[in-house]
Amino acid sequence: MLGAAIIVFRETLEAALLIGIVAAAARSLPARGRWLGLGVMAGVAGAMVVAASAGYIGELADGVGQELLNAGVLAAAVLMLAWHNIWMSRHAREMVDGARSVIRQVAEGSRELSAIALVVALAVLREGSETVLFLYGMMAQGESVVQVALGGMLGLAAGALIGFAIYAGLLRVPVRHFFSVTALLVLLIAAGMAGQCARFLIQGDLLPALATPLWDSSALLSNDSALGALLHVLAGYDARPSGMQALFYGATVLLIMAGMRLVRNDRASRPSMRPSVQT
Amino acid sequence: MSRLLALLLLLPAAVMAATPIIPVVIQDHRFDPAEVRVPAGTKVRLVVDNRDATAEEFESHELNREKVIPGGSKASIFIGPLAPGRYPFFGEFNEATAQGVVIAE
Repeated sequence: MLGAAIIVFRETLEAALLIGIVAAAARSLPARGRWLGLGVMAGVAGAMVVAASAGYIGELADGVGQELLNAGVLAAAVLMLAWHNIWMSRHAREMVDGARSVIRQVAEGSRELSAIALVVALAVLREGSETVLFLYGMMAQGESVVQVALGGMLGLAAGALIGFAIYAGLLRVPVRHFFSVTALLVLLIAAGMAGQCARFLIQGDLLPALATPLWDSSALLSNDSALGALLHVLAGYDARPSGMQALFYGATVLLIMAGMRLVRNDRASRPSMRPSVQT
Repeated sequence: MSRLLALLLLLPAAVMAATPIIPVVIQDHRFDPAEVRVPAGTKVRLVVDNRDATAEEFESHELNREKVIPGGSKASIFIGPLAPGRYPFFGEFNEATAQGVVIAE
């Protein structure tokens, strides 16, 4: 039972942290709970489908179908997170000043929320399909269904608790720093996902690794230590990254930051949108 | 034009053919061989044949690889080029028994 709990916890952690962070980042948008719930449900449904067709997917593209699927899912999530951050950089200040201007943008808000729901669905799909395969395997090996289900629920609850902890912690951040903090977290998560995307493409021999590894900091902070695992999820930390992974990571950080700056400057140059400018 | 296209299509196949293929079997939640010898300094393709009925997740921090292999199926994992040395790997779903090491030499 404990074995099942630990693995389910490990698989859940990434999605749970992501949900906690985007739930906090979307705090001022109306009906966000419904969108997030929708994302989780779509993700679970998708995970079942992926798990059920894992054998078929794996054999696609000369045995690297799984890598292609993972890389595609990650790339889509990175795009959605980038869109979220760039959109937020325009609207965060207005939200800090008062929610009234936000309510006028319900239409835009729901477009933003659908992007967030998609990110959540993709994260749940990716981690969830592995969890389903694992739990199914445990049961097929003759472990009792009750034990596996109990362990699974325990792991899921522990993961959800950590997701909730980061959500609650973020809500305590003072409002004037809040959007900078969430924007930074989302930026790092997106960059980490881009790095993982590169790793899957290298694993499938679809991209050159460039350097294997670029550096090795496993003696200082290994991937399987608690801190290393947390940093892996939150900031894409990898003790032995390949050159291509680091390149994807850095390019994602730069592109999203450039997008945020561009949108912010665009807004600043149009004073009509912000009658009372104070910085 | 079509000749160029054909060449481009054949190119990956030619590159693939040059990549050494190293077979590994999973049976009863153990890797066979548990010590996988690969040439150092060149990319190789591990072809992992999971003969168990249940899925396994091939994982290695040292190799920076992670892949789920459904029960009764084969999967390719490209690794390297590696510096000479030992690179442990394990099956995350059955960590107690599924342990192995890639030895690059």
